[in-house]
Amino acid sequence: MSQALPAPVPAALPLLELRGISKRFGGVQALRDVRLTARGGEVLALIGENGAGKSTLVKILTGIHRPDSGTLVLDGTPLACDSALEAMQAGITAVHQETVMFEELSVAENIYMGHHPLTGRLRAVDWRTMEREAARLFERLEVKLSVRAKVRELSIAQRHFIEIARALSQEARVVIMDEPTAALSRREIQELYRIVAQLKVRGTAVIFISHKFDEIFAVADRYTVLRDGEFVAEGRIDETSEPELITRMVGRTISQAYPKRLVPLGEVVLEVQDLSHPTEFDGVSFTLRRGEILGFYGLIGAGRSELMQALFGLSPSSRGSVTLAGRRLAVRSPDDAIAAGLAYVPEDRQHQGAHLGMSITHNVSLPQLARFGWWLAGRWRRELELARRFCERLELKAAHFGQTVAELSGGNQQKVVLAKWLATQPQVIIIDEPTKGIDIGSKAAVHQFIGELVAQGLAVIMVSSELPEVLGLADRIIVMHQGRVRREFSRAEASTERVAAAALGSGE
Amino acid sequence: MSRALLKLREVQLAVILLLMVTAIGLRAPVFLSAKSVDSLLTDTAILVVMALAQMLVILTRGVDLSVAANLALCGMVAALIGEHHPALPVGVPIVAAVAVGGLLGALNGALIGLLRLPAIVVTLGSMSVFRGMIFVLSGGAWVSSQHMSPGFIAFPLDRLLGLTHLVWVALLAIALAWWLTGHTRFGRELYAIGNHPVSAAYVGIPVRLRLFAVYTLAGMAAGLCGYLWVARYAVAFTEIASGFELSVIAACVIGGISIAGGVGSVAGAALGALFLGIIGNALPVIQVSPFWQSAITGTVIVVAVVFNAREGRRIGKQILPVDAPRPRPLLAIPAAQAEGS
Amino acid sequence: MNPPVRHHIANRAPLAPGALLTRWESLLALVLLLILVVAGGTLRGFLDLDNLADSTFNFSEKALIALPMALLIIVREIDISVSAILALASVAMGYANQHGVPVAGMVAAGVLTGAAAGVLNGLLVTRFAIPSIVVTIGTMSLYRGIAQVVLGDQAYTGYPEALGNWGQGYFFGTLPRPFAVMLLFAALFAALLHATSFGRRVFAIGSNPVAARFSGIPVNRYRFILFVLTGTMAGVAAVLLTGRIGSTRPNIALGWELEAITMVILGGVGIAGGSGTIGGVMLAVLTLGMVTYALGMANVPGILMTIVVGMLLLVTITVPVLLHRRTARRSA
Repeated sequence: MSQALPAPVPAALPLLELRGISKRFGGVQALRDVRLTARGGEVLALIGENGAGKSTLVKILTGIHRPDSGTLVLDGTPLACDSALEAMQAGITAVHQETVMFEELSVAENIYMGHHPLTGRLRAVDWRTMEREAARLFERLEVKLSVRAKVRELSIAQRHFIEIARALSQEARVVIMDEPTAALSRREIQELYRIVAQLKVRGTAVIFISHKFDEIFAVADRYTVLRDGEFVAEGRIDETSEPELITRMVGRTISQAYPKRLVPLGEVVLEVQDLSHPTEFDGVSFTLRRGEILGFYGLIGAGRSELMQALFGLSPSSRGSVTLAGRRLAVRSPDDAIAAGLAYVPEDRQHQGAHLGMSITHNVSLPQLARFGWWLAGRWRRELELARRFCERLELKAAHFGQTVAELSGGNQQKVVLAKWLATQPQVIIIDEPTKGIDIGSKAAVHQFIGELVAQGLAVIMVSSELPEVLGLADRIIVMHQGRVRREFSRAEASTERVAAAALGSGE
Repeated sequence: MSRALLKLREVQLAVILLLMVTAIGLRAPVFLSAKSVDSLLTDTAILVVMALAQMLVILTRGVDLSVAANLALCGMVAALIGEHHPALPVGVPIVAAVAVGGLLGALNGALIGLLRLPAIVVTLGSMSVFRGMIFVLSGGAWVSSQHMSPGFIAFPLDRLLGLTHLVWVALLAIALAWWLTGHTRFGRELYAIGNHPVSAAYVGIPVRLRLFAVYTLAGMAAGLCGYLWVARYAVAFTEIASGFELSVIAACVIGGISIAGGVGSVAGAALGALFLGIIGNALPVIQVSPFWQSAITGTVIVVAVVFNAREGRRIGKQILPVDAPRPRPLLAIPAAQAEGS
Repeated sequence: MNPPVRHHIANRAPLAPGALLTRWESLLALVLLLILVVAGGTLRGFLDLDNLADSTFNFSEKALIALPMALLIIVREIDISVSAILALASVAMGYANQHGVPVAGMVAAGVLTGAAAGVLNGLLVTRFAIPSIVVTIGTMSLYRGIAQVVLGDQAYTGYPEALGNWGQGYFFGTLPRPFAVMLLFAALFAALLHATSFGRRVFAIGSNPVAARFSGIPVNRYRFILFVLTGTMAGVAAVLLTGRIGSTRPNIALGWELEAITMVILGGVGIAGGSGTIGGVMLAVLTLGMVTYALGMANVPGILMTIVVGMLLLVTITVPVLLHRRTARRSA
């Protein structure tokens, strides 16, 4: 994992300087007086928990948001970008986790879209030059990729490389990498490190956002820590240590952030045998007891969500069996799953979980309208009571139940989605990324809440990409890699290194 | 190799066309005569031009249902000019038709491109407004051949090097569309917009302006074809080209231009138009009543669209590692679907 | 954990009459009132009850198509083939009539043909995941094409009196039957959409089809049902229309899909899906109906009505966007 990167190219002036950046969204102060300095030829690690303000900062850098106050100075000149295009033209580009590209177009065109090279008096698109230059870019990056291939045929790693190539083609001065290794294999991560090295040699400033400390220490030269939207610390990587960074990041010791109640385990409530899908996962087997929190860990794209969705009936499985509370299940649709006692809280709660245009009450009662009968008009009072019962339990903050969910804050929207599923009174609840998008203050509350759920006899399957969360909460951890179960750890056996290694597919 | 696949769709279509022509030719050899082919090409020319223009619109995930009404209105404008000012050279009504068509298209473009209103609804509305305007302009009266000067009528069917002007216009349109979609930034950006409008904006493409331009272009093409239509058939009245918009869209769909945007080629649109032209021309030759035309067109659209859908659908995400080294896509991957919704 | 001071959530919003007045439906009602007043004041005989009753013949069948169309648009689909389905159903009736089938059988033929056409639409959209716009453009051609093939250049006539009684007749001598049928179905659809779990799920699908599926709603089944419902209602409309005009020609109900869609959008059903009321749609039906009636009385030719309808559709979707931009700019 460690490959000595060239020492940072000394630069006279910092390339990118942010001072006093503040940004407010509605009632939430996302950033307060944040400062950041990135130097050319250096890698700056931007560290912070989910909700610390990193993505807001990135959006400001890439021109998607304008800061309420503060200055941005690039190469000595102040910069105020009104759009993503302007930021790109100024030389700031970002490589995101979810790369979005033009699927049906070629690699070369994806790199050059918007600034195709032109030729001749008629200013025709110069395909030859475009493909040649694209090929050259990939040569420099030492990545093997056919520039004529359609993007839709490529993997996530390859798409990352295309975005980087795009950044290079635009002579980017600052390249921001947001969790770039989340879905990469070990070999691909090595390639990425090599590319980062090349960017340094070119004098580019690289801002590297990652949760994985081994990567941070392998790649970064300096660091900046954000917490709760504020600047906490910066410095050189070789002058600090992981525990120190974690303390700065979290503001408290880890054990406090993930309160774990020990709950007596009941009988087996879910048994999955050899569940398989033609392309997404294969041969998955596990058991789950009442009162248990089973964590599913793995890289993004390992197949965990796909597995859960098949369990819930959203996609078909090709073989295997599922037994819930002793009864063999034939789950062909989410309806069957809900009736059997399963609930699935999806990862993207806004888009997959909430009906923003509908009222709180209507959202909460939706999965179990059948229990009110087909003539709803006469049952509105009972619907309201149901919604009230479960929303109050989650301490929802809203003006009235007739409010549309769109009017609520993000955190409260998530609560409505959770309430909806709790109201179905499931035996097993699957939660996909429980604290994604939740600000730090509420994370512990969510964890506590999960603890309460299992104390009442529910069983929880928790899909999470945050290792500390999984280590802190789960009774057992199942690690998936490329669609298969790699290893299963008990709470005692699990450690950061072991679990991370399993997720990367390394041999037992 | 992906190019080979792309060509496959258009090649498939060309093969089907060849088979069709052969079959019809066997049944009625007169169909293969030079005169018949010339007639076929001449009859299909307008559809080819309109299909190419519609292709540009569909590439951007849009649709323009008002093209036929646009065509009819501009045709009436041209005819009225020709009627009331027979002395003017034919270029005048042509330019007027194109200009009016462009203006009407710009109206669509403003609502769809600039205000981002849904294309279906906007063009449904503008379609009936344009149609109604024909009545307003003409007072319901027909402009027939006796009102048209010989100079006005002559252009479409006059010949140049053996082919009618109509065919030359179609060839010119094909060349222009080929240039636009394959060799200009403008054209390539249309593909980007159709693939992913948000990303297109992100890389700096002025999406609104492009959409505005595309509908204006479609309008101009409709205007030109309006003149060609009324001059060729020597008549202009309110209901001409009624329902023609469906043929235009059918031609695109048959040609493999995806209604979801971002996919499609000039060859596809032209072949799709030719396909419909062959059906239309062949029916009387093989003695099938013309009443079948609409039903056949409809069936062909449905079949083509089902075919498109099955091809386009991919399996669910490929997460499990594929054992053999990644095969040359996509022919090897079976069409087995993971039933989504 | 001791229950801390809880944030109290009220049952419903505090009553705000102002909010009620700015609703789309209220504004539409105002427009309708305006038209009645203006036309009533300027056109003689406009407000005559017999004339008003007769005017309902013109829009009652169209309303029957607009009702299911509203549900389709709410779930983010569309059906452009409705007028073609109507034509096909009418042809089926004429064919049955030619072969001596009694009235009940004829009516069944019409309605079932409509349903069958809806089944095909539904299958193509749900089974093959093809956008409904393209499917229905194709089936529009197909259905009308079949009608043309069967009819040729003839027309079906000679329908039995019983059919005419429904298409042109009155209840108690004053209430036109098609209008009564329309009111009945309007009530049924209103109940279906606004008071049943079926309707709630329809709104959920339109609001967010992915989340709806995740919540256990069989989205494709609902879509299918709505297409079949649309086809069936087109069949019912065909029965009434054929009875009213007494013949079946290939161009029967030409352009009705546009009018139906206009009624729905004008009625406040959002084009993006997930919202709308049957009340609003019925208000739009009446508004368009009264406009047609008034223009007819003023001797404005029918073709110009299409301009009015088209303009109404464009204005209806443009104005809210323009207003929203103005307010957005003001608050920025």
